[in-house]
Amino acid sequence: MSAAIVIAGREIRDSLRNRRVLAATGLMAALALTLTLLGSAPTGTVGVSKLSVTIVSLASLTIFLVPLIALLIAHDAISGEMERGTMALLLAHPVRRIDVIGGKFAGHALVLAIAAIVGYGTAALALAVLGDEVEIGAWAAFATMVGTSILLGLVFIALGYLVSASVRDSRTAAAAAIGLWLFFVLIYDMALLGVLVADQGRTLTPAALNALLLANPSDVFRLINLTSGPDVSLYAGMAGVAHRSGASASILISVLVGWIAIPLLLASLVFMRREL
Amino acid sequence: MSTATVSLRGITKRYGNRPAVTDVDLVLLPGERIALVGHNGAGKSTLIKLMLGLIRTSTGQIDVLGADITRHKASAIRADIGYLPENVVFPPAMTGRELLSFYARLKRRDVAQNQSLLERVGLVDAADQRTSTYSKGMRQRLGLAQALIGRPRLLLLDEPTTGLDPALRRTFYDIIDACAQDGATVLLSSHALAELESRSDRIVVMNRGLKVADGTLADLRALARCPTRIRADFGTDSTLPAESLGNRAGWRAVGVNIYEIACAEPDKMALVRRLMTLPAQPRDIEIVPPTLDDIYAHFLDRKAAE
Repeated sequence: MSAAIVIAGREIRDSLRNRRVLAATGLMAALALTLTLLGSAPTGTVGVSKLSVTIVSLASLTIFLVPLIALLIAHDAISGEMERGTMALLLAHPVRRIDVIGGKFAGHALVLAIAAIVGYGTAALALAVLGDEVEIGAWAAFATMVGTSILLGLVFIALGYLVSASVRDSRTAAAAAIGLWLFFVLIYDMALLGVLVADQGRTLTPAALNALLLANPSDVFRLINLTSGPDVSLYAGMAGVAHRSGASASILISVLVGWIAIPLLLASLVFMRREL
Repeated sequence: MSTATVSLRGITKRYGNRPAVTDVDLVLLPGERIALVGHNGAGKSTLIKLMLGLIRTSTGQIDVLGADITRHKASAIRADIGYLPENVVFPPAMTGRELLSFYARLKRRDVAQNQSLLERVGLVDAADQRTSTYSKGMRQRLGLAQALIGRPRLLLLDEPTTGLDPALRRTFYDIIDACAQDGATVLLSSHALAELESRSDRIVVMNRGLKVADGTLADLRALARCPTRIRADFGTDSTLPAESLGNRAGWRAVGVNIYEIACAEPDKMALVRRLMTLPAQPRDIEIVPPTLDDIYAHFLDRKAAE
């Protein structure tokens, strides 16, 4: 276990030193602030809490940005070290391969968590400074949003490792990572929408739709956050889905955790079979 | 259980259908300096990676420091192994000192020992620079320092001296000798046999994945039976009748009045004696024993011919 901690420490130091943490945090803070400050303009005084609007904006931002950042961090975690030749030396030490995956995951998870908490925290701070009255429920929803953003990021870090452990070189890993991102973030929902329109509700039952939504981690994230309160779901246009979806928040979160655990496990298995 | 540091029994490693190493038996003992020689692609690196458990055997059994290294639980054994990969590369953003600390922590050794390692390889001045600024020689020194962490009982050095200047090469061999005297098993691979002459107790020659020779230099000489060459120079003013050399049986002119013969080691003295009784005395006699490269070539050629 301690080998994993040593490796995690190295990953964190590396990420701090090559300004990866700074870049990710800066990017998230900048976009979150922009969305918060601009995004609260159109609501005027219609009675929707500004924080609820911000949650909707930030959640939509998360779905695009967080998986991208996660995949950027993770896609060459294994293939890159194999390609450069540093992996052979690392594995010649008393280190199990699962320590390598576990250590890297812990380190990268922390990097991502810092980026999300600081980045989105800045937005929350801005709202607080601007002096809006915000009900307690909305803060809870905000906290859920930040927490699940991190979970979503971990899903894509795990998927990134799976890609990285499976391919021969970093360029293939990068291409596969972009493919993953496009698939889960853009193509999947468009395809699903297309199917729904074409099907006209004849064969696709609500249960099937739920299952299909759970099969995409970014939709799970959407279900958790864009349905987290009546205000939010109304504003996100997710009210319809929210009513239909039978899954409770805890089930949705376990699904996300499953989306982290299974790819991570598969990545470890693939990595253990790899030869250097 | 044996006292051997490493024992390989019937090791075969195939990549797909291509065999990298075929049916190799090898035993390495404590305190031994073993030179693993062969040209590129002969299977040297494959053997080293097999000993480290980085790759798995297709068939055969490997025991390293008393355990099967390929087993998952065996990773702790590697705390007693020092490895210097061919063309060593380090994570670029760390300094030499940080890297040594990192590897020492992985081996669960005292980080405080690293300073003496840095001194030993002469890297104290550059210890706080990032490794991305290091030259090849400095990387190799750091690589050796890293391999020496925690007084390993087995040192696996993959072409450690390629591309090093002669002074650094000497330092390397001195450190390696000290480790062997300390009781460590040192295996070092090279594609140049010549520089290992006095630096190894045993030589293992690999060719196309097969172990073609294993023994001391004297054993190898005897096995190879490479001819010793005797060259006799009769001087420019000599009027040597060809009959003097027994109608030049076996002798071959290699210059004006210079003749050479290739003979087996036991026949050498008889030939020299005969030379001295000739009517025309040679001005100079040169006896050239087979060089390491000749012996090496012998083992490689033999396999190629089969």
